[in-house]
Amino acid sequence: MRVHTKRTLPVVAVASLAAPTSVWADWTMNMSPGVTGTSNQIFSLHMTILWICVAIGVVVFGVMFWSIIAHRKSKGHKPANFHENTVVEILWTIIPLAILVAMAIPATATLIDMYDTSEAEVDIKVTGYQWRWQYEYINEDFGFFSSLATPRDQIENRQAKGENYLLEVDKPMKVPVGKKVRLLLTANDVIHSWWVPALGVKKDAIPGFINETWTRIDEPGIYRGQCTELCGKDHGFMPVVVEAVPQEEYDQWVAEQREAAEQERLLTEKDWTMDELMERGEQVYASACASCHQSDGSGSPPAFPALKGSAVATEDRAAHIDIVVNGVSGTAMQAFGSQLSEVELGAVITYERNAWGNNTGEMVTPQDIVDYLSE
Amino acid sequence: MSAVAESHSQEHHHGPASGITRWLLTTNHKDIGTMYLIFSFAMFLLGGSMAMVIRAELFQPGLQIVQPEFFNQMTTMHGLIMVFGAVMPAFVGLANWMLPLMIGAPDMALPRMNNWSFWLLPCAFLILVSTLFMQGGAPNFGWTFYAPLSTTYGPPSTTFFIFAIHIMGVSSIMGAINVIATILNLRAPGMTLMKMPLFVWTWLITAFLLIAVMPVLAGVVTMMLMDINFGTSFFDASGGGDPVLFQHVFWFFGHPEVYIMILPAFGVISHIVSTFSRKPLFGYASMVYAVGAIALLSFVVWAHHMFTVGIPLTGQLFFMYATMLIAVPTGVKVFNWVATMFRGSLTFEAPMLFAVAFIILFTIGGFSGLMLAIAPADFQYHDTYFVVAHFHYVLVPGAIFGIFAAAYYWLPKWTGHMYDEILAKTHFWLSFVGMNLAFFPMHFLGLAGMPRRIPDYALQFADFNMVSSIGAFLFGATQLLFLFIVVKCVRGGEKAPAKPWEGAEGLEWTVPSPAPYHTFSTPPEVK
Amino acid sequence: MAQEQSYYVPEQSKWPIVATVGLGVTLYGVASIMVNGKQGESTTGAWVMFFIGALIMAYMLFGWFGSVIRESRAGLYSAQMDRSFRWGMGWFIFSEIMFFAAFFGALFYVRVFVVPWLGGEGDKGTTNMLWEGFQASWPLVNNPNPEAYPGPKEVIGPWGLPLINTILLVSSSFTVTVAHHALKAGQRQKLKLWLGATIVLALVFLTLQAQEYVHAYKDLDLTLQSGIYGSTFFMLTGFHGAHVMLGSLMLIVMFVRVSKGHFTGDNHFGFEASAWYWHFVDVVWLGLFVFVYII
Ligand code: HEA
Ligand code: HEA
Ligand code: HEC
Ligand code: CUA
Ligand SMILES: [Cu+2]
Repeated sequence: MRVHTKRTLPVVAVASLAAPTSVWADWTMNMSPGVTGTSNQIFSLHMTILWICVAIGVVVFGVMFWSIIAHRKSKGHKPANFHENTVVEILWTIIPLAILVAMAIPATATLIDMYDTSEAEVDIKVTGYQWRWQYEYINEDFGFFSSLATPRDQIENRQAKGENYLLEVDKPMKVPVGKKVRLLLTANDVIHSWWVPALGVKKDAIPGFINETWTRIDEPGIYRGQCTELCGKDHGFMPVVVEAVPQEEYDQWVAEQREAAEQERLLTEKDWTMDELMERGEQVYASACASCHQSDGSGSPPAFPALKGSAVATEDRAAHIDIVVNGVSGTAMQAFGSQLSEVELGAVITYERNAWGNNTGEMVTPQDIVDYLSE
Repeated sequence: MSAVAESHSQEHHHGPASGITRWLLTTNHKDIGTMYLIFSFAMFLLGGSMAMVIRAELFQPGLQIVQPEFFNQMTTMHGLIMVFGAVMPAFVGLANWMLPLMIGAPDMALPRMNNWSFWLLPCAFLILVSTLFMQGGAPNFGWTFYAPLSTTYGPPSTTFFIFAIHIMGVSSIMGAINVIATILNLRAPGMTLMKMPLFVWTWLITAFLLIAVMPVLAGVVTMMLMDINFGTSFFDASGGGDPVLFQHVFWFFGHPEVYIMILPAFGVISHIVSTFSRKPLFGYASMVYAVGAIALLSFVVWAHHMFTVGIPLTGQLFFMYATMLIAVPTGVKVFNWVATMFRGSLTFEAPMLFAVAFIILFTIGGFSGLMLAIAPADFQYHDTYFVVAHFHYVLVPGAIFGIFAAAYYWLPKWTGHMYDEILAKTHFWLSFVGMNLAFFPMHFLGLAGMPRRIPDYALQFADFNMVSSIGAFLFGATQLLFLFIVVKCVRGGEKAPAKPWEGAEGLEWTVPSPAPYHTFSTPPEVK
Repeated sequence: MAQEQSYYVPEQSKWPIVATVGLGVTLYGVASIMVNGKQGESTTGAWVMFFIGALIMAYMLFGWFGSVIRESRAGLYSAQMDRSFRWGMGWFIFSEIMFFAAFFGALFYVRVFVVPWLGGEGDKGTTNMLWEGFQASWPLVNNPNPEAYPGPKEVIGPWGLPLINTILLVSSSFTVTVAHHALKAGQRQKLKLWLGATIVLALVFLTLQAQEYVHAYKDLDLTLQSGIYGSTFFMLTGFHGAHVMLGSLMLIVMFVRVSKGHFTGDNHFGFEASAWYWHFVDVVWLGLFVFVYII
């Protein structure tokens, strides 16, 4: 769960009247103060401006309602005939200006702080893909993809929705608590935006450019957010999950990840059986391909071709490898060669050539991919 | 004045031509105004129906009614149709009808071009709407059509969309040129600039904004066209371009565009508040200067839509401060309206009800705008439903209520009949309740973390979404009542006098109701 | 201004609706050509549509302007109408300026911010991580990804053809002004001479510009596809060229009208509008010369 505060503030009285109070927990009305210095600063800015606006509103609407009630024709009120007054006109230009200056000062301070990415202790490169995130720990030599974990059946209402519906991923980004983490954001295809409300961090990931931002989380926990820039069909299905853990746990996790990356490289040399490849391929397919080509391989033509029965996936093996490795430029079909390991590539291609009635019986082993790549 | 005066048309008593040619070939500002208004209402229904699809899908979590691809097309087309098809043409229609009447001119300055400006719109929207039936579907990248989603990754119909935008641009620019030429050149003798009614002033400035920014929109879609079809790399880093370049150019158009959608409403509201307070408008001169200041500032604030794209700090600060400044002139306007009501003699016919609601709800929308302007806070608000709430508060009870208010205010002048006051009040109250129910909860949704442009959402957003959808359905259904009221008023009803509102002032009330087909063939004298 | 006392209302006109149909059909045709072409489908139908649209447009232009000219010759236009035309043309040119402003803005943004960022300088210099080995420079001949966008071998220097073109255009602004004075003074022969000279200058400009394009495409590999330099270069000079073409067309029409004895010393708005337009095209060129070629 995202960390909600119990401090649900009734923003404006009208609204709290309109809102039945049955399941209060789900009627969150306000921003959460979050768990970082930045998010707290933003929260207090937010509350300050909000109350200033409410106060101005009370004054302005107060005068207005006073007129509405007291100066009606039906009460016999006769109209006055004034139509200007230099003093009040100057006053109501200067006073708002002063209020604005008062708002701008803390806002400026917060902004300067948010822009200071220096002296970070952990660097993570975050890349947006249609429609998942890649996290690369650039000083540690490993990285992974993080995709939506909510099953299709929940989305299509065939199964009850789980607690973290749409906000859960297979592998969260892990960071150590209390350390300044610098994020280098970019994207592979279209613009995405990386947002975790509890951290007060939102920054666009722009293809071809790197945006820097940072965060320092003081409380261990799991923090959830979403992609917030329209990025195509599954924009709503591209969550961000960050797990903040104590330093020791983090170090251990890093070690495991590096080990696993090493293992993966070794796996390439292993002799794979059809069943092993199919099993692995199914996993890869579900996480990397199914969002476009659908889990039953039917795609959604014309935007996304069906792989079930397609010529490429049943006949021309070389073309199949080529498309998956190099993508089709100018279309949503990405070059997976840089995203998946040789093992994953081999497995997923094998899977596609043998699943859903594509019974070619052919295997594409990781070694085949290595050979293909070295050509 | 005037173009083609063949001798017979100099006899002014002749009425409109009959049959379809009256509408196809007309050069009469009232006919053209009427066509604009009808067209815009049709587009409002179409865009609104798309909003109903959106709200129906968001009624509950999970995918029920439409697939994500189609949902995105609905969001995109809804935004485009409402902005370019409903609000802008409605204001141009009001301008066509009312400007000549308000400044004592016989017609618009360039009547044939006027006709062309109108007919281009159905043409443009025919193309736009036809994309829904094309292979790969309609545009699905949001009304802001950010590259590269709309270029490299756009559906094939994008090219048609681009040309539709070009045509709309031509229409708007010519419409605006016409407005400026009319106002600057055809005012009745004695009507100096500072005696012009506020609706005229606001439209003069709006027309200036239109001429300044529509070409920029044309420029940016042209760059898209080149990137898509001719291999240029404006928005592609591998060739040295930048997707963010698209956003800068788009918002240089886009921000003034939002004021284009509100300034004429400011003008309308100024007239109505003064009429139904039976008191002259407070601070006429400062109203004019405020509109001018808003228009000028609107050119230097565009990047507030882009606080999260990674603009360097100094830029960020500049755009934050400039944006905040707009609250000052807008505040002046709000205060002036309130001061006009203060110690007036108020009655609350339908135009006034809409006007009062406009002031309150637009101000709320302005407040949320100000919150968005605070750059660090915008990092949390950006691209959430808080933004959606903001702009629907300025657009629906702002622009749309402004248009309703204007329609009720001037319907007697247009049709010669009074509309049904009871039905109109019902329309108001249902709209008021429905609209607040639909859009107020969106503030909470946004603050609680719901991104915009998503077809499905996490469970904690379920309850407010349901409330919002119910409000939206109520608001939508209520608009059919408006259609009914207008049709009823056109067909008959109590005869309207030349000046149906006790406190009204201005030249338009000196001609009979309905306004004769040709008015002011000799210019009135303004003292 | 005697006529201001009594207004009258214009006739109905079929031209606007013809123009709408023409424009709609033309653009639908153009879009179909592009889309079908890209998808490898037949474009014949689309071309047919385009030609039909273009024919309707041509018919409309002749008809509409023809009737405006007839009305003007018949003395139907009051001084007030004349002022409306002036405001109209003036603001139309302003809208054109804003159209070019968008492209100039894009050029400045790219040069001042984007290219340096990609090359590792300035606020977003970290970006260079993604484009190892890319060096910022302007004119940009090595693009960040040379495989997708092979850069030009060389770009066009300012002091050859572009300089000649500048001289041509600037002089044409003079000649058209001389022609205008001649018109005001009622010197027909002089008017024709100088207007003719303006048109010749315009056509030479266009020819040289076309040559420059051929040179760019054939010899320098400077194309629309050669990255942001080519993109901005062709976008700016291309749209300018299109406007020069339109301006020349206007001047030619004026020449024909002058030959037919149209216009008087104090009533020649058509001519003036063309001259304004011509000056606008000229000023845009100066901007181009400085920002695209020299700096
Ligand atoms: C009619 C249309 C309209 C109007 C009038 C406005 C008015 C304003 N808007 Fe809004 N805006 C939109 C339409 C409009 N907007 C749209 C459509 C979008 C979204 C586009 C998209 O992404 O799809 C948007 C988005 C938007 C953003 C980007 C949000 C984001 O994407 O993250 C911002 C940020 O600064 C903003 C700010 C403002 C401000 C400061 C005003 C100001 O003009 C408001 C000024 C008014 C007041 C402040 C109230 C009255 C004043 C007083 C009573 C005086 C005293 C007050 C104080 C001193 C506080 N708007
Ligand atoms: C002037 C502009 C305008 C207007 C008037 C409206 C009016 C409405 N808008 Fe819209 N809206 C935008 C401009 C506008 N909007 C823009 C610019 C966007 C951003 C798009 C983007 O992200 O790219 C947007 C986005 C937007 C969203 C967010 C979509 C998303 O992020 O995915 C939503 C969601 O609820 C919404 C809802 C509504 C509703 C319920 C109305 C209602 O007020 C509509 C009511 C009208 C009718 C319903 C029509 C009349 C009735 C009938 C035709 C009868 C039939 C009716 C029934 C079946 C009940 N709008
Ligand atoms: C973002 C959407 C997307 C994702 C994710 C995706 N694809 Fe594709 N794929 C496409 C599109 C679009 C095409 C059509 C390309 C074209 O126009 O030729 C395509 C085409 C293909 C084809 C050729 C099919 C044919 O019959 O022409 C194969 C094979 C393929 N993809 C395999 C995969 C594999 C394997 C994965 C995952 C590792 C994957 N795709 C993930 C969008 C996607
Ligand atoms: Cu990725 Cu939205
Ligand atoms: Cu804005």
